[in-house]
Amino acid sequence: MRKMLLAAAAALLAMPAAAQSVKIGFIATFSGPAGTLGQHLYDGFMLGIDDVGGKLGGLIPEVIKEDDQLKPDVGLQAAQKLLQRDKVDFITGIVFANVMMAIYQPVIDSKTFLIGANSGPSPIAGARCSPFFFSSSWQNDDPHAAMGKYLQDKGVKRVYLMAPNYQAGKDAISGFKRFFRGEIVDEVYTAVNQPDYSAEIATLRSAKPDALYVFYPGGMGINFVKQYAQAGLVKTIPLYSTFTVDATTVAAQGDAAIGMFGTASWTVDLKNPANERFVADFRKKYNYEPATYAAQAYDAAQMIDAAIKAVHGNLSDKDGLRAAFKKADFKSVRGPFRFNNNGFPIQSYYLYEVVREDGKLLELNRGTLITDLADAYAKDCPLK
Amino acid sequence: MIDPQLLAFQALNGLQLGIMLFLMAAGLTLVFGIMNLINLAHGSLYMVGAYLAAWFQGCTGSFLLAALLAIPATLLVGVAVEIIVLRTLYEREHLDQVLATFGLILFFNEAVRVIWGPSALFVTPPDFLSGQVELPLGISYPSYRFAIIAVGLAVALFLYVLIARTRIGMLIRAGASNRAMVGALGIDVKLLYTAVFGLGAALAGVAGLMAGPILSVESGMGEPILILTFVVIVIGGIGSIRGAFLAAVLIGVIDTMGRSFLPGLLRAAFNPSIANAVGPALASMLIYVVMALVLAFRPQGLFPARGA
Repeated sequence: MRKMLLAAAAALLAMPAAAQSVKIGFIATFSGPAGTLGQHLYDGFMLGIDDVGGKLGGLIPEVIKEDDQLKPDVGLQAAQKLLQRDKVDFITGIVFANVMMAIYQPVIDSKTFLIGANSGPSPIAGARCSPFFFSSSWQNDDPHAAMGKYLQDKGVKRVYLMAPNYQAGKDAISGFKRFFRGEIVDEVYTAVNQPDYSAEIATLRSAKPDALYVFYPGGMGINFVKQYAQAGLVKTIPLYSTFTVDATTVAAQGDAAIGMFGTASWTVDLKNPANERFVADFRKKYNYEPATYAAQAYDAAQMIDAAIKAVHGNLSDKDGLRAAFKKADFKSVRGPFRFNNNGFPIQSYYLYEVVREDGKLLELNRGTLITDLADAYAKDCPLK
Repeated sequence: MIDPQLLAFQALNGLQLGIMLFLMAAGLTLVFGIMNLINLAHGSLYMVGAYLAAWFQGCTGSFLLAALLAIPATLLVGVAVEIIVLRTLYEREHLDQVLATFGLILFFNEAVRVIWGPSALFVTPPDFLSGQVELPLGISYPSYRFAIIAVGLAVALFLYVLIARTRIGMLIRAGASNRAMVGALGIDVKLLYTAVFGLGAALAGVAGLMAGPILSVESGMGEPILILTFVVIVIGGIGSIRGAFLAAVLIGVIDTMGRSFLPGLLRAAFNPSIANAVGPALASMLIYVVMALVLAFRPQGLFPARGA
């Protein structure tokens, strides 16, 4: 028995010497009401690996999956385990901003590359930016800024804003205000994962705004949209949102979602070869509709692949990896994609509308709102 | 200063939330009061009720039929849980019960994922309840939420008749007052416990199926309401149905009013950035403050069961 253990230990020790594998820590929310988001993210990432030939830059990928349960402390433990015990080469995933804020410092302090595949909170885009952080998604404010611009251009005068009370909710509201010049009737923050919004809906009804803008990702969005439709307000106070009606929620929202508008840096019907391949492969492999989360994580896998290729598999060449990441030498499913000095993308944002097509609810592109949008915090980032 | 129409709206919302909490609290307080069992898995039975209703609606296409099927089905799940897991726990300490029923939460949350997948299920209210009811003062209130209030009041009436006017109700009351004596009088306590637990499960199932069309039916949906339910039974007095009803409505109204008016009041007193930061946090803390006050000054609850 002891001999066998020794042999096993020796085999394990011998493995890094071969150095033909790359370890990736994947932290996301897989359980609870927002667990679907983590699943989309993970499925997109794994498909991204498949589509570059099952290897990342020629190395065999070993993806270690950790559930943060939407709790910053659990996410932090997962990150520490990945860094200290598993000694991963990259950490990616991360759905929620509060988890991102908890793991950010320890990961970049360990000089491990952190590839944000979803969350991009404002504090890490500005003065606290890091040469070890790259985002394959967006800075949190930006999709909301695009919606603010849309409502501004549309001539909407009085808007009522609602979001959950955490970092991304605050970023959503400040992002919306970046280009919107009309009156903000009120901004309301609700508890994270609050199930019932009847009290808030009654209050906003009596405020009589011209439009309502909300950010309620995952299960919160399902509840909110259903309850708003039942309150009968959709006709009098139109509802606009971001990350609230998408492929992760429409099935449970049903007809209440039809005709709703949102903004994103990716839509399922974007016309470019990379996206057409991604969408077809995703539907075939998983048999459900990809949401923007999956697209971002798919791009994260491509980014890591391109970076490892550029250093010929030498993962200890951190400067080489960084230089390769900065080039963003991969075909993004979003089309044109480049990095700003703070590691966040400069990219276009689109308007989408939920429609029913062949019995399926789909989010279809309704035009470009902003091209090459850079976030508002990059100027505070000392990196070049 | 406060708009009467908004106040009326929020009163209805508070009542509706309270009724929902009552459906949950009635079962939990019975099980706790009579069987002396802390059942953290009560929220899971609520979730099971919601999932079964969603599933039956998918099969039959009718919400009413789904509701009629889901209630006995949840009752059966409850009875099975009682027989398989809980029977061995009655003589154990509360800590053991908490651990075991917490395990049940994890079991049920995973089980629904395995059976129905990780995405939320879709439930529609029946057509005649999908609109709004027009009331004086220009209030148009979702009809489905009225239906919840009506169902809750009907259940309250049913429980009152059951407990105050029937033989099984007499046994339940006797069990709440003195369990040992009930056993000594030759009542089959085992059977009584199974019946009470099944009744509690069915009530949780009613709450779950009524919640389906408003909330997303998904794994883990039982936990947020379970916490509020414990607050209700602590405030109402453990083992008391009457206490559960009054405390549930009280908590529903306090929570709703707090969420809707507290941020505004704070904004009148402080600058907006402080009010925006503190308001939501304080509003969601309000009911726990009430619970702490009740525990400090009236630990037996506001409306305790008689003789308990």
